[in-house]
Amino acid sequence: MNTALGADGLAVELRNVGYRVDKRQIVSGVSFKVAPGETLILLGRSGAGKTTTLKLINRLLETSSGEIFVERRSQLEWDPIQLRRRIGYVIQDVGLFPHWTVEQNVAMVPRLESWPESRVRQRVREMMELVGLDVAKFAARKPSELSGGQRQRVGVARALAADPPILLMDEPFGALDPVTRAELQREFCELAARLEKAIVFVTHDLREALLIGTRIGLFAEGHLAAIYKPDEFLHSSDAEARAFVDSLGAEEGRERSSPKVTGRGRKA
Amino acid sequence: MSFWNFLINYRAEIFSRTLEHLILVAAAMLVAVLIGIPLGIALVRRPNLRRWVLGAANVIQTIPSLALFGFLIPVPFLGGIGARTATVALALYALLPILQNTYTGIAGVDPAVLESARGMGMTSRQILRDVQLPLSIAVILAGVRVAAIICIGIATIAAAIGAGGLGVFIFRGVAMVSNSVILAGAIPAALLAIGVDILLGLVEKKLTP
Repeated sequence: MNTALGADGLAVELRNVGYRVDKRQIVSGVSFKVAPGETLILLGRSGAGKTTTLKLINRLLETSSGEIFVERRSQLEWDPIQLRRRIGYVIQDVGLFPHWTVEQNVAMVPRLESWPESRVRQRVREMMELVGLDVAKFAARKPSELSGGQRQRVGVARALAADPPILLMDEPFGALDPVTRAELQREFCELAARLEKAIVFVTHDLREALLIGTRIGLFAEGHLAAIYKPDEFLHSSDAEARAFVDSLGAEEGRERSSPKVTGRGRKA
Repeated sequence: MSFWNFLINYRAEIFSRTLEHLILVAAAMLVAVLIGIPLGIALVRRPNLRRWVLGAANVIQTIPSLALFGFLIPVPFLGGIGARTATVALALYALLPILQNTYTGIAGVDPAVLESARGMGMTSRQILRDVQLPLSIAVILAGVRVAAIICIGIATIAAAIGAGGLGVFIFRGVAMVSNSVILAGAIPAALLAIGVDILLGLVEKKLTP
């Protein structure tokens, strides 16, 4: 199977998707589309249903209602294992295998897909260079010998290794210190602009959303309230959007600086 | 007769009883490992089964060993007089530490590691083989080690139901009121326990990632 997509280039589509546990509705009526080259941010408070929605896409959770299409095929037609190998997945706690070296971790999906060993090696080298890790220095290290930022770089390299057309990221930079976070966010923007992946990115940090997102989907209480362009978001009259913008203002006021938010969305 | 004289005169029997003892323990451990590890793995996936199985294993552990040997004698197939009954009883005692540690080890694997393994498209079999087992092998082996030590100790009582082993000397020594004879059983049993402990300790170290 190739990464080539249909004419309108639709990688992920959710149609009126809902998820409930027992009788409790966690997520309902969520619809959106993501095309290659786009980064859709799912922004919201804790418990708003962002992560749940993300996990529905790669079937770590099963939808209770509605439909999800991945590369224009209904999710239910996919073998869940094959589906997940076509979707890169990066989580906040990274989840590198502690008993494997960096090289083994990055090579995970290519090896699962039984790529020839020479190609796996070459791919690992490319991926590590892509995320800015010196192969000679880091390939043989165990995750415990890495800093938090380096670990998340490996996490991104691992997610990209099998060249999946879709990337799901769940607060990937949330656990990092502010300086490392800013560094990784900036590099990730460049990476995302170059790679032409369809990216769904969960965060509760509006600043990160504005920097990285080409569109921002605002979640509130299990619903996708609206989807904005980054500059629209700042001028939205929606109460939840205002709450996020205000929190940003409060933060900036505290830091006594007025950095201009410039992200990929602004250039478009 | 002094202890040393006894050792020298009876070295052939001491050797054969030690061997008997080892075989008894090895057979019981084999059974316990073959049942305990897969069952422990199954318990991680079936929380409602967990209480019952671990509870039952705990209850077995509280039965005095001599009583358990006695209970098993009338049981068809498993029971009777001799080594088979002893193997069953020892395996039952060895089950709890193996079961408990297998469960604890596998359940203790970092959830983030499991989530990424599943999210990246590993099958449950691959997750078990490449992630859960390697990451919990040290804990599982620690359980096997404890079980082996327990078995070596309890196996001395197996002589009471005619299963042989080093317990033969201990029971004989008690009947003869002879410390030398008791020690001829107790010391090799203790050395056996220490030896097995060291050996399994090395294996544990070697297999720890």
